[in-house]
Amino acid sequence: MKLLSNRVVRVSTGLLGLVVLVAFLGPLVSPHDYLQTDFGNILQPPGFSGAHLFGTDDLGRDLFVRTMLGVQVTILVALVASAVSLVIGVLYGAIAGLAGGRVDAVMMRFVDTLYALPFIFFVILLMVAFERNFLLIFIAIGAVNWLDMARIVRGQTLSLREREFVQAAQLTGVSFAKIISRHIAPNLIGVVVVYLTLTIPQAILVESFLSFLGLGIQEPQTSLGALVDAGVNQMEGASWMLLIPASLLALILLCFNFLGDALRDVFDARQSK
Amino acid sequence: MSLLQLENLNIFYGEDAAVQDLSFAVDVGECVGLVGESGSGKTQTALAILGLLPKPAKVTGSITFAGSEILNASEKTLNEIRGVRAAMVFQDPMQALNPYLTIGRQLSHILAAHNIAAAAAADASVIEMLQRVGLPDPRRQFRAYPHQLSGGMRQRVMIASALLAAPDLLIADEPTTALDVTVQAQILDLLEELRDDTALLLITHDLGVVAGRCERMLVMEKGRLVEAGRTAEVFSGPQHEHTRTLLAAAPRLDRGKVHKPLAGEDVFSIEAAEVSYREHGKGRLHAVQQLSVAVKQGETVAIVGESGSGKSSLVRAALGLVPLSSGKIVFCGSDLGQTPKSRSAAVRRDLQLVFQDPVGSLNPQMKVAAIIAEQLLVHEPAMAKKERQQRVAAILEKVGLDETYLGRYPHQLSGGQAQRVAIARALILRPKVLVCDEAVAALDGSVRKQILELLMREQSETGLSILFITHDLAVARGISHRVLVMYLGRLVELASSEALFTQALHPYTAALLRAVPVPDPSAAGGYASLPGEVPSILSPPSGCAFHPRCAHSKNICTTTRPSTRQLGAALIACHRAEELLQPR
Repeated sequence: MKLLSNRVVRVSTGLLGLVVLVAFLGPLVSPHDYLQTDFGNILQPPGFSGAHLFGTDDLGRDLFVRTMLGVQVTILVALVASAVSLVIGVLYGAIAGLAGGRVDAVMMRFVDTLYALPFIFFVILLMVAFERNFLLIFIAIGAVNWLDMARIVRGQTLSLREREFVQAAQLTGVSFAKIISRHIAPNLIGVVVVYLTLTIPQAILVESFLSFLGLGIQEPQTSLGALVDAGVNQMEGASWMLLIPASLLALILLCFNFLGDALRDVFDARQSK
Repeated sequence: MSLLQLENLNIFYGEDAAVQDLSFAVDVGECVGLVGESGSGKTQTALAILGLLPKPAKVTGSITFAGSEILNASEKTLNEIRGVRAAMVFQDPMQALNPYLTIGRQLSHILAAHNIAAAAAADASVIEMLQRVGLPDPRRQFRAYPHQLSGGMRQRVMIASALLAAPDLLIADEPTTALDVTVQAQILDLLEELRDDTALLLITHDLGVVAGRCERMLVMEKGRLVEAGRTAEVFSGPQHEHTRTLLAAAPRLDRGKVHKPLAGEDVFSIEAAEVSYREHGKGRLHAVQQLSVAVKQGETVAIVGESGSGKSSLVRAALGLVPLSSGKIVFCGSDLGQTPKSRSAAVRRDLQLVFQDPVGSLNPQMKVAAIIAEQLLVHEPAMAKKERQQRVAAILEKVGLDETYLGRYPHQLSGGQAQRVAIARALILRPKVLVCDEAVAALDGSVRKQILELLMREQSETGLSILFITHDLAVARGISHRVLVMYLGRLVELASSEALFTQALHPYTAALLRAVPVPDPSAAGGYASLPGEVPSILSPPSGCAFHPRCAHSKNICTTTRPSTRQLGAALIACHRAEELLQPR
């Protein structure tokens, strides 16, 4: 594939793949469990010699397993939130852009209204109204992420709509749905894929931020954000509790960002050709 | 010693050679034409001379300017030459001017940057230069922003900026390609007039432009120089095959077959059509007014006009892309209504269209086969897949492309090939009427000729009616049975090609015909430019819209709008047509 000829893409996907693989396989191999406390081994530093590769936390839980669990949750949140933003955002934006006129105006004012809601306020509202649970995080992040996507897709569609091949299809009598699926959507792929790879780190950050504030994932479940939060409390005695999840978070974010940049270059090159 | 000397110039982008082994010289005060089709390396050569090529380009050989080597010279040396001793005029003046600065400031910057004049004196010399390039009211234009000027005026400003430092060499890269034909003639006159001792390297694809002005000409093909010599000699006895092809492909107003007018039923007619748009804060813009034209079976009607003449609005209304504000469109005897939604599938099948931009009219994500097959999917959904594939392959062969093109994407096609695909898409349903909106304007001369022949062949085989919109009179002459000339949204003249190209009745038509440069040095002098520019359609002149530019206008022309009336076999809107007909 042409994408893989780009070195940045190769390195980023390779690293990401490795992290995900270890995150999902690691806990299966490890003798420890994310819940299991070991009061004889509180705040063990990381090392190959001991039983705990990444050390233990203040409750004696194995940090390797917990960190990997955190990565799982974080990646899951990112993927679900991005999928929501992809499906709703692209459809919503493309319909608004192609329909134009009053339909477009009403649809986009609705987006503006959602934008105007302060995000944290929105999340706290959800927490108050419903039980705290895993699903809420997905809903909250997804509900915000698709707005950007819808705006970007609408803008692209507006310019595509004026392109002659779309007009040619309209004149031929191709149906509205077919114009979107055959003429608009495929030409959005470049922008959407690039934007998606940039949404994923954004969703990860939001999740970490919520968990850091104590609004996100609840103990004993964990995510990278929650781990960083716990790490900050133990920063002076047990710096590894902060450093390990924080650097993994940074690595994942950097990989996605580089991937996004590289994808943009790849798609630009194809379009300019 | 030559002013500019290129020796064995090579320009490479990686493995691809843009220019190979190019050598030529330009002497002091000389005018040299550099001719070639797109991709022949003309612009690359110009950019190389001024050291403006992008980084990935690898340039070898030698370029000497006034005795010193300037190829791969330092930026400092180049800056002492660029804009001062050698200046360039680009094709698109809007892109070459900074939209955020006034004309005056941009031009004063040039003087200041090269320490030619002190700030106080700079303004005065800029205004003087603007006056020299024929900009009306230079003091006001001095404070204008680029978007407030018309295309022709912007190009005058570009020429002014190039000549400000009195350069020894002026490189003009397609300086008139983006302009209307009457304005083109003015700009070419201006370049000639202002040259004084400046040597001019005129880069163009239009042989007519070279024929009238350049002492010597160079012909390039695929990055190589294939012919060089005195212009008159190259035109009279071209040595290289490619030059002969170019000359043969150049459409001529003065020779070649003209179609005889046809008799028959009207297939498609536009009756008293008006198109207007609401312009924010400026009232209504009347793009097309009271215009009627009909196309007979098997006939081609060309609609000719400069930019702003309303020809695009007319087509868009005819196709139903914009609503008519009044009038109607009749197709095979039935009124089509105002919008595309009111059109039946049968009408859509029979009324097809080819756009100006061949690549832009094809979906970049679809393969050629799918692009053409879409028509069948919409209009003959019951057709079996096998038969559909056969039909697609058959039509592709008919437009001159073999089966290997079925699997290609639009970006893998050249402009001409893409236009063939667009034509195949339009023709696969065997329509009755084909509307071509500037369908050959974006193509090179030789390709243009092939596409026109393709359309004419299709017409003679199937009796297709064609509505052909073009700004190029020579193209109109080659393809049409009748010609409609438009000016500011109104009909000026509608006549058979035979009559119109022999004797134009309307002064505007006559002026248009005279403004087209003839690709023949021996016929030079036969053309003349039309003064002024197309007025804004938002505030058209009173009376006859053409009167401010017309050499024959009288009082009545300024006060009363001429009605459209029959004169012989032609329709014309001019008060003085009969009088003017007599003495000529």
